[in-house]
Amino acid sequence: MGTNESPFRVIGTPRPKIDAVAKVTGALLFADDLVRPRMLHCKLLRAPHPHALIVGIDTTRAAVLPGVAAVLTGRDLPVPFGILPVSQDEHALCIERVRFVGDGVAAVAAVDEDTALAACELIDVEYEPLRAIASIEDALATREPALHDYGDDANVHKRVALDFGGVDDAMQGADVVREDVFFYEGNTHLAMEQHAALAEWSADGRLTLWSSTQTPHYVHRALSKVLELDPAHVRVIATPNGGGFGGKSDPFGHEIVVAELARRTGRPVKICLTREEVFYCHRGRHPTLMKIKTGLTRDGRILAMDFTSFLDGGAYGSYGVASTYYTGALQTVTYQVPAYRFRGVRVFTNKPPCGPKRGHGTPQPRFALECHLDKIAEQLGVDPAEWRQRILQPPNSVTANWLRIGSMALGHCISTVVQASGWAQKFRQLPFGHGVGIACSSYISGAGLPIYWNNMPHSSVQLKLDRSGGVAAFCGSTDIGQGSDSVLAFCVAEVLGIEPIDIRVVTGDTDLAPVDLGSYSSRVTMMTGHAAIQAAVRARDVLALAVAAKLGVAGDRLTVAGRRVFDAEDPRRSVSFAEAVQIAESGQGAVGTVGSYTPPRSPGRYKGAGVGPSPAYSYSCAVAEVEVEPSTGIVRVPKVWIAHDIGQAINPLLALGQVEGSVYMGLGEALMEEMTYRDAERRMVHHHPSMLEYKTPTTLEMCDVESFLIEEAEPGGPFGAKEVGQGPLLPIPPAVANAVYDAVGVRIDQVPCAPHAVLRALRDKMKGKDGRYGPTRVPDYNFPEASLVRTPAQGGDGREANGRPHDEVGENRESTAGVSTAGVSTAGAPPQEKR
Amino acid sequence: MLRLPRFDFVAPTTVEDALAARAAHGTDAMYVAGGTDLYPNMKRRQQTPRTVISLAGIPTMREIHSSPELGLRIGAGVTLSHLASDPLINEHYPAVARAAGLVSTPPLRNMGTIGGNLLLDTRCNYYDQTYEWRKAIDFCMKKDGEICWVAPSSPRCWAVQSSDGAPVAVALGASVILASATGVRRVPAQDLYYNDGIQYLTKRPDELLVGYILPAIGGWRATYVKLRRRGSFDFPVLGVAARVDFHPDGTVRAARIVLGAIASYPMLVPAAADALVGRPLDAASIADAADAAFRPAQPMDNTDFTLAWRKEMVRVYGGKALEEIKGDVRGGT
Repeated sequence: MGTNESPFRVIGTPRPKIDAVAKVTGALLFADDLVRPRMLHCKLLRAPHPHALIVGIDTTRAAVLPGVAAVLTGRDLPVPFGILPVSQDEHALCIERVRFVGDGVAAVAAVDEDTALAACELIDVEYEPLRAIASIEDALATREPALHDYGDDANVHKRVALDFGGVDDAMQGADVVREDVFFYEGNTHLAMEQHAALAEWSADGRLTLWSSTQTPHYVHRALSKVLELDPAHVRVIATPNGGGFGGKSDPFGHEIVVAELARRTGRPVKICLTREEVFYCHRGRHPTLMKIKTGLTRDGRILAMDFTSFLDGGAYGSYGVASTYYTGALQTVTYQVPAYRFRGVRVFTNKPPCGPKRGHGTPQPRFALECHLDKIAEQLGVDPAEWRQRILQPPNSVTANWLRIGSMALGHCISTVVQASGWAQKFRQLPFGHGVGIACSSYISGAGLPIYWNNMPHSSVQLKLDRSGGVAAFCGSTDIGQGSDSVLAFCVAEVLGIEPIDIRVVTGDTDLAPVDLGSYSSRVTMMTGHAAIQAAVRARDVLALAVAAKLGVAGDRLTVAGRRVFDAEDPRRSVSFAEAVQIAESGQGAVGTVGSYTPPRSPGRYKGAGVGPSPAYSYSCAVAEVEVEPSTGIVRVPKVWIAHDIGQAINPLLALGQVEGSVYMGLGEALMEEMTYRDAERRMVHHHPSMLEYKTPTTLEMCDVESFLIEEAEPGGPFGAKEVGQGPLLPIPPAVANAVYDAVGVRIDQVPCAPHAVLRALRDKMKGKDGRYGPTRVPDYNFPEASLVRTPAQGGDGREANGRPHDEVGENRESTAGVSTAGVSTAGAPPQEKR
Repeated sequence: MLRLPRFDFVAPTTVEDALAARAAHGTDAMYVAGGTDLYPNMKRRQQTPRTVISLAGIPTMREIHSSPELGLRIGAGVTLSHLASDPLINEHYPAVARAAGLVSTPPLRNMGTIGGNLLLDTRCNYYDQTYEWRKAIDFCMKKDGEICWVAPSSPRCWAVQSSDGAPVAVALGASVILASATGVRRVPAQDLYYNDGIQYLTKRPDELLVGYILPAIGGWRATYVKLRRRGSFDFPVLGVAARVDFHPDGTVRAARIVLGAIASYPMLVPAAADALVGRPLDAASIADAADAAFRPAQPMDNTDFTLAWRKEMVRVYGGKALEEIKGDVRGGT
């Protein structure tokens, strides 16, 4: 736990968010709260077909409706866009083809929403329906029609095959080999705030877009591209997000549409999506079918792991290439896996596009892995908690797939929840219907690479100090409710010896603040934190230099605290912080500093190595206690114990909020959330695009949570910190499934763990059959031969070994640089020598 | 957000004025009490009245009169929150109080009324959707379309009776008071409902439900258990209301077991009662009655959960309800 005496004054102390009062009083303005003079309202006309060609659109009747200012169709915005350079497959409005029920087809700006809606109904669209692709199996089996004219094959968007260390050979030496199949249903973010955006053009022809986005920088790029504007003349302001969870990480058609409508009408234009439209924006969890095979020695050492995933991507690319890699990337960072093969395929189907949701691409494989390990532990006759302790990946190591691990306190997490939950007295000992289950996980603290190839910092902070004693901190980072504005203020306050209230935070504004890539991949505390520290240290040095001269003290003897700058050896010799700035300003002129951060380079050099590397990995372990009603199959979760290896909590109050929120979201996925659709005959409509029928836990279903922050400082983290926003979700679904087995002896190998599944498995078990519910096989898919990459233990160099040296410079970076929500590959990237 | 269509709003202060308003505006008018059912439906264009006649300003509709012999007369405008917390109702009609307290969420119970709950529009996953969603499947026969998507070859609509109050009303043998320009009539709750998702009420459109009459107490016990995904917010996917009348020796004299959210009306299952009559309420008779309730239940795929599991649950929840009446178990979800 480090030392008892904290070296920090602000860091590590529980404090309310800096915008907490504004939030609870309603003073904080969200995107839909914004009103501009002469503002128009926008509505979109959406496709009623899951897959169809647009034969014709006639907007004449809508355009002449009184109160309508402008009508747009896809042909007005012909430039494609998409979050990843390799998947520029979206248009602001569909041009020739619609790909899911809810795809945007036309847009109206009018004096009010009612008029805009009425105008939408007057737009005549003639469609030629196409066969809809309904499922993973359907997509793999169907060449025509294909949703897109790019991708790895027909309706296959992306396929990956990587072999680290030669899995087939390693598997040969195993005493025990086990194979399991799992399915993880899709689900969505369900942020409380519906997406909204407001666009306005200035008299001199500059565009401003306010939007509830997690990634103003990427929206800025998409707007510039599609509207063919000089990026210097586009300003994107990310308004405070009423929750994001990954659902506001893509640039969206509606953001581009209001910008174009505002240009055409010369008036501000706003759109606020309905809840149903938010379901159609989606970008949530991919439904994923998985097979996992592990070979072990008799005493429980893993020798080889072979993992295959099939992702239902929905209608567009979104972050899907990254999502695909992520389903295979992080299996190696928790336990020692000397040989590892990952094969994954993402398909296109006629449903809203999947993308990044909290944990991006990793909760599905984590569910599979941790349930698989629970079965292996039983097979080996070992306690699953104790066994995991024996096979942990060590700290300061490099995994078989070339991920560099820094601090690693998973063992501490396991022992903490084992003790707190009374595991030893409960596991396999509770009465029938009651059980406990354990699961572990890990997540990245920011992706090692940006979404588009560049050598620039991932986050930058500017500080402006002035004679008032106030400090303004400018950063492109975006507060989506996780408290990143607060973290920025805390970091600067810590270094400068002042209070968070003294810091004016200016964030999420591409005109005012330097670039931060956005609130995704759990990167903000890590990267903005580092940038803030660097800027603040530089500012402190400026002050120290000026004050040293004034006080006649050597600069290195000066220190800051309590809004004063003073001689550490004689604290009476001091000036106030404001005086210090005045002295510096008098001497050198205006006082401002900058700081920035770029993650260290990962050792992986193979194609696909861009996804997975991170400056640091967080670890979590959870024990869930469940009650299963045998007559109904209904599962209740009264309590979860969770320990999270955070390195150092910047603010334990916010960190615990993230842990509990993650447990909540994981519980919803474990028990009930489902983003599902009717069959093709029923036009693939969403089952229930409403908050009433899309089931997510209420406070009554939420479990008690006992959370522990494990603080073993991460050398690569700001003040030793690692991520907390996403990782704690990951162990919840497998812990619940494993607990259900402990309670009633049936394996529910799919998420959600629905009562009908439990009841069916119980009935089967009573009949002497396998007490299991879940998929039994994965599709026969002919993966290409996996690229062999020798592991660090084999003396590899991080590159492919079997003769597929990819052209390091010849590949087009924009089109092949792979991947990640977090990180895009680097397939074609030249080495970043500067690091 | 979803927009309400435009409509005229009329706010009478007496039942007579409300009836007159209805007569004046004809079939384009609808009554509204709490608005928790009608307004969301209007936003989805399931109902599009030109005129909405509010009953919220009629004081006499919020009165409760009790008489030990005749029972209790509850104004149709009494809120569900009031029913759920009223000491008298909790003491003598706990099933009514519980059903009211299990409806939706606290804010909606504060607005929603017992009258509105008893007349709740039938629900279906193909019907309770926005206009645009319904348009994508060319609508359904309950509104704007021709087909029942739940059972495409069916000539009728299978939307589900989803009120928590209605099965209790039928099980208790309660009745309702319907007022119209031509007079007032009292109708047994059982006769108020009809097993059709569209024509789910026998009430004439011009009639106004003004009161709810609960039977005299003594010699019987009743309960209501509700199955749904979550402990709040959700409509029932199954409700079991049961009333059991006892002989002095403890054997069952009569019983009424009613299934909610299984058909388009609260489904009285006489066979379940037959399994109890003349026998003590014990494990054997309860199992027989639960089985009898299970057999005729034919849930359709139009609510949350799988239909096979919902049918299975009729036996379990039928048993839970009767066990609770027996006094062994405190039930409910």
